[in-house]
Amino acid sequence: MLTDKDRIFTNLYGFQPWNLDAARKRGDWDDTKAILAKGRDAIIDEIKASGLRGRGGAGFPTGMKWSFMPKEAPKDRDGNPRPSFLVINADESEPGSCKDREIIRHDPHKLIEGALVAGFAMQARAAYIYIRGEYIREAETLFAAVQEAYDAGLIGKNAAGSGYDFDVFVHRGAGAYICGEETAMIESLEGKKGQPRLKPPFPAGAGLYGCPTTVNNVESIAVAPTIIRRGAAWFSSFGRENNKGTKLFQISGHVEKPCVVEEAMSIPFRELIEKHCGGIRGGWDNLLAVIPGGSSVPLVPAEQIMDCPMDFDGLKEVGSGLGTAAVIVMDKSTDIVRAISRISAFYKHESCGQCTPCREGTGWMWRVMERLREGEADKSEIDMLFEVTKQVEGHTICALGDAAAWPIQGLIRHFRPELERRIEAREGSLQEAAE
Amino acid sequence: MLSRGVCSLMAERAPAPDTPELRQRWGNFTWSTENAEQAKVVVARYPAGRQKSAVMPLLDLAQRQVGAETNTQGWLPLPVMEYVANYLDMPIIRVLEVATFYTMYNLAPVGRYHVQVCGTTPCMLRGSDDILDACYKRGMRKGHTTDDGLWTLTEVECMGNCATAPMVQINDDNYEDLTPERLNSVLDALAAGDTPKAGTQESGRHTSEPSGGPTTLKDMVKENHDYRGEW
Repeated sequence: MLTDKDRIFTNLYGFQPWNLDAARKRGDWDDTKAILAKGRDAIIDEIKASGLRGRGGAGFPTGMKWSFMPKEAPKDRDGNPRPSFLVINADESEPGSCKDREIIRHDPHKLIEGALVAGFAMQARAAYIYIRGEYIREAETLFAAVQEAYDAGLIGKNAAGSGYDFDVFVHRGAGAYICGEETAMIESLEGKKGQPRLKPPFPAGAGLYGCPTTVNNVESIAVAPTIIRRGAAWFSSFGRENNKGTKLFQISGHVEKPCVVEEAMSIPFRELIEKHCGGIRGGWDNLLAVIPGGSSVPLVPAEQIMDCPMDFDGLKEVGSGLGTAAVIVMDKSTDIVRAISRISAFYKHESCGQCTPCREGTGWMWRVMERLREGEADKSEIDMLFEVTKQVEGHTICALGDAAAWPIQGLIRHFRPELERRIEAREGSLQEAAE
Repeated sequence: MLSRGVCSLMAERAPAPDTPELRQRWGNFTWSTENAEQAKVVVARYPAGRQKSAVMPLLDLAQRQVGAETNTQGWLPLPVMEYVANYLDMPIIRVLEVATFYTMYNLAPVGRYHVQVCGTTPCMLRGSDDILDACYKRGMRKGHTTDDGLWTLTEVECMGNCATAPMVQINDDNYEDLTPERLNSVLDALAAGDTPKAGTQESGRHTSEPSGGPTTLKDMVKENHDYRGEW
């Protein structure tokens, strides 16, 4: 069981000020110079040993990602070394996700210190924090916190007295979900439409301005200084094998008390909801289904999720995923077809239009979903819809096509009888009207 | 059929028509003294020769200046985009691509307050239909500005306030944990020229902790507790 002393984001709810003075009293920026003095390899090894997996959804091991950055700066045509960049993904837009916002507005110095530690470990010249445009007040806080850190000599020339020069810049987005995809984010930072790039080349080889770049989620970066301070063994003492650490869970929908809370990885769903959310609205018998990791992952029916450990492997076993740990709870009052159809509308809206299967497919799938909602379809169209989701999935440059396909596949897999019931009900009412 | 706001693809956004009136009103757009300074600060965030990276923040700055001049949230008339293109030494088409791609750039005039109701699933489950209905009852229509110029209504996609849903963003502030009554008090206050408290509208709730009080980190409520002594 996770106790308060082992929580990383102690000012998660913003009961105390976010400013540098208050953050320092909570332990941030405490002898950061000593962390950097351990050296790049030691920092990367510690993060690797901690078992930290990326908190932005894909769950790629963070330490390994950092180690992909070149040890020697590559040279440009004139033989001058090219800089490397750390890009921090604060474009939190996955429906259900609302954790990075809390870090940024209530504990921004954890993120800025993490940027320095991670940036140093990968020998980056600077970090760009790409914050979604709609986080207007949050960005104001972040700009102010970065300025505080500059004024205190914690970043900039000779950052925190380490002898290492490191800049942190904030870049605001302007309302495009797709910019959360790492190469779309890089395009956007370069002043273009946020349309994903083909990979390879991967960002670690050629990313921002053609320079080596690593893109990490806010939470992955913000936990790094605490992991180094307390040691890999401490962090990996939470959660099951391969699913280590603490995690910010964001519970929305039909629970008594929706909230954001830091818990140990692998906490069973039932315990998470009982402990922090006051239970399911109307009791556990009233639970219908849960989308456990943000809108991109397939839903899980009640009986399968109740005792499921909330981690990467546990949710994979029930055909879904941890994603960003954005837990969307739906009780039996939910129009489940509409809930998923609304997600289809989201992906239709957010498709960047670059790849045909996604541009055309998201709209097509949404229109069929809207008809299924009313039962205005033929039963054979359920299979056709499933088939089309398979034609979109895996056939696009980025994962948005997959993300649009999976929720529909989950619905068909688990709620086919409900889809058929609606079609039959409508056919019945049409027949009655005809007679 | 869902309404236009939900149907529109990013790729379908088109700028307002280029007319002599538009040219006359906005053809002489230049940065205000304050924004001229701010524009330099923004460009300095990016490496030399990469000033194009500043196009997004500068379009936002320009939209805000238009907003200040028209007492609205602001929008981007074509001559203003041309000014930004010129400032950054970019072809206008590259600026237009950016302005039409990102939904926060308004391509047509909006009202004093841009009422952006989140309608994505987490908000929908918590009652965003009722929030939209409350807006309709006040005469708002999606994609339109009310005759008095006060409100423009848009249904937007997930704003990342899911644990305090449903929510609305009005210009720069979020109003969360809404009910139709709470929304109406916010809108009444804005209409009266007041500044309602932003954030959650549920009394007794601070931010995203469970309502009724946090289940964790209770020491933090009263004091800036340092947990390191317990490590």
